[in-house]
Amino acid sequence: MRVFMFGWEFPPFISGGLGTACLGLTKGLAQHNVDVTFVLPRMESNEEGRHLTLLGANQIHAKVGIQDIRELRERVKMLEVLSPLRPYITDTEYQSIVQKELLSSEAVLSMDEQDFSGGYGSNLMAEIVRYSLICAHLAHKEDFDVIHAHDWMTAPAGMEAKRVSGKPLVMHAHALEFDRSGEHVNQQIYDIERAGFEAADRIIAVSHFTKDTIVKRYAIDPAKITVVHNAVSKERRLGQLRVEKPFREKLVLFLGRITFQKGPDYFVEAAAKVIKKQPNVRFAMAGSGDMFNRMVERMAELRIADKFHFLGFVRGTDVERIYAMSDLYVMPSVSEPFGITPLEAMVYNVPAIVSKQSGVAEMLDGAVKIDFWDVDRLADEILDLLDNKERADQIVQQGLETLKRTKWEIAAEHVLNVYRELAGGWR
Amino acid sequence: MRLDQRYTFFDMGRKHHYRDDRANAEILRKVAHKCYLPANRLMLDLIREFQGDFRISYSITGVALEQFQEFCPEVLDTFRALADTGCVEFIAETYYHSLSFLFSREEFKRQVRKHHDVMTELFGRAPTAFRNTELIYNNELAKEVERMGYKTILTEGADQVLGWRTPNFVYQPAGCEKIKALLKNYRLSDDVAFRFSDRNWAEWPLTTEKYARWVHDVAGSGEVINLFMDYETIGEHQWADTGIFDFFRSLPRAILAHRDFQFRTPTETTANLDPVAQLDVPHFTSWADLERDVTAWLGNPMQDQAAELAYALEDAVQGCGDDEMEATWREMLTSDHFYYMCTKWFSDGDVHKYFNPYETPHQAFIVYMNALNDFALELKTKTHQ
Repeated sequence: MRVFMFGWEFPPFISGGLGTACLGLTKGLAQHNVDVTFVLPRMESNEEGRHLTLLGANQIHAKVGIQDIRELRERVKMLEVLSPLRPYITDTEYQSIVQKELLSSEAVLSMDEQDFSGGYGSNLMAEIVRYSLICAHLAHKEDFDVIHAHDWMTAPAGMEAKRVSGKPLVMHAHALEFDRSGEHVNQQIYDIERAGFEAADRIIAVSHFTKDTIVKRYAIDPAKITVVHNAVSKERRLGQLRVEKPFREKLVLFLGRITFQKGPDYFVEAAAKVIKKQPNVRFAMAGSGDMFNRMVERMAELRIADKFHFLGFVRGTDVERIYAMSDLYVMPSVSEPFGITPLEAMVYNVPAIVSKQSGVAEMLDGAVKIDFWDVDRLADEILDLLDNKERADQIVQQGLETLKRTKWEIAAEHVLNVYRELAGGWR
Repeated sequence: MRLDQRYTFFDMGRKHHYRDDRANAEILRKVAHKCYLPANRLMLDLIREFQGDFRISYSITGVALEQFQEFCPEVLDTFRALADTGCVEFIAETYYHSLSFLFSREEFKRQVRKHHDVMTELFGRAPTAFRNTELIYNNELAKEVERMGYKTILTEGADQVLGWRTPNFVYQPAGCEKIKALLKNYRLSDDVAFRFSDRNWAEWPLTTEKYARWVHDVAGSGEVINLFMDYETIGEHQWADTGIFDFFRSLPRAILAHRDFQFRTPTETTANLDPVAQLDVPHFTSWADLERDVTAWLGNPMQDQAAELAYALEDAVQGCGDDEMEATWREMLTSDHFYYMCTKWFSDGDVHKYFNPYETPHQAFIVYMNALNDFALELKTKTHQ
């Protein structure tokens, strides 16, 4: 089975969970002897890619002509407007930097290798157009059985590759506009997501939570959607030892983007409530994002700066260190399509409290689940779990059981079954 | 006094050195060569040239003196030379350039005493005039400083306090009997300190002739003109190529051309002049920003929380009896740290941003709190031993 895969992120150049999931999935697929060619918008040299063929669109010298661009725009109408979009942008940010320019074919043509940043810069739409054309060009050349596109940024590429090759398209939904932006979705991104779902032969959603949203908000037939839960590919490099904390108090951890979607404000409010009742607890918030400054100020307002620590964006072994130092992990997400981090925490024997409004809550028997807005309950659960060792241990044990069942190999097998159904059997 | 910006949460419990020594050394040496050394030499030349008719005063923090000692002792030598001329007065302040008066009377007094002793030892004479950190001032401060024995106190000639009145007279702080207040003439001081090289300023370029004329215009409607400014104005804030050194070089002659004008030190001034009115300052004023209050250092939640937590450690620090711990704690009280956390101009970016070594005021707060929290943990360990 050969798969032509499109993704916007790959470790180590990651922003959220998307890149990590792609790495895990492709590794799992490799274990099933699936041949994956993965196209990124931009490739450096240090991506972790020994188990698959990694291509960078910035390195493909495809002859992209004005005619190609114009025709693409005709077919994929929503690529009309060039605007400074980023998938993790908030409504306020968008309002303040909106520039309505028509996407000019000339502008896309004038982009050369250097313009592919592969990130989420102000040139995003132009990059997506260019990326799609290059993937279409590759679809002519490459031989494969199925196309697999991750999230909206690669949806146009998936659609183009399908058109050019006639092969079936799988759209993989890791996150939706409704997760990122609540009700104030960006219309253009929504339209692209929807076009991708409609053009796809099959959709993979990372949770039932996400599948439900696709059915309800994008009017897609549920029979077209397969749920495949993400897994965790964390290897503990620091061994079984608990890392020494510099203080005796227990530590409660938030690790994720500090943005609306992840509910950091609920974490901060709950922390204040906890400290009021039990001053011998500390909190750590690891991550960066558009709400970062506000969270720092709010925390100071609540007068808990001697017990609440901001770590900023954490990467590499520091991620393992902070997990290993923690006694409790909290994911108060407002809307989380999956949510890998509580699973990562379990690897370090850290019990987790997760929001009910998340995909991962579906598969975790062993976790405390709360409504994200219920700050009082969150505070109570934090206090209880820190105090009740038996209950905490039980949760960890159940979590480890769940973890055993969530391997990328297993997820990959589910994905492979989808491929088989579409490609009419193994080649 | 720069904190090491790379001090993170993970350093807590392992590293207890919060200062960025390399940055501090670099900065001090740079400013010494651009400002302190050439400016001191200039002042020495002027003092000699005018044979006592040119007089000047300095307020130098204890922390600065320590840094001179460690990184550029030559600067101390030139200040000693200035002291020896007899035409220079050294003014008392808090050793650590802190906001301690607003938080702990006792700590304030300790810091002032420490500074007083060091100045006496270094320059051979006990200070008799006082100025608080960044000219932060109110009635209570004046009373305390009078109790401590000082005869003269410096303060900002803030509009919200003066109203229609002029800073160009000596005033009597409300509630005080003997101490006299000298008010900074902020227009004339800032003309040099801030506007000197501003080409958009209507009065640019500022020649000594023009400036001396403005000074002389005060004749008949004032008795003293207090020109208070950062010493770094000469060569660091205003670079040599702006002509600032030439300006100061020719200034004494231009001012002294008018017979009614003399240069005096603060103590000499208050010895010869009586207050014309009472100065009632119930709320803090300072020489900072347009507001001339304390919002440069306090008022936003980060600043307030950081300061609260820092001063909350006072008893434990005193009880611990460890000199190094006390010195470290006091360095954390320096007003700079809180200045960097100011969000007043965060979106616009101006003088605060120019001076701010941190990306954002929030970064400043986080680094500070990492250090302070580690310090608090260290303190707990040491007091339990």
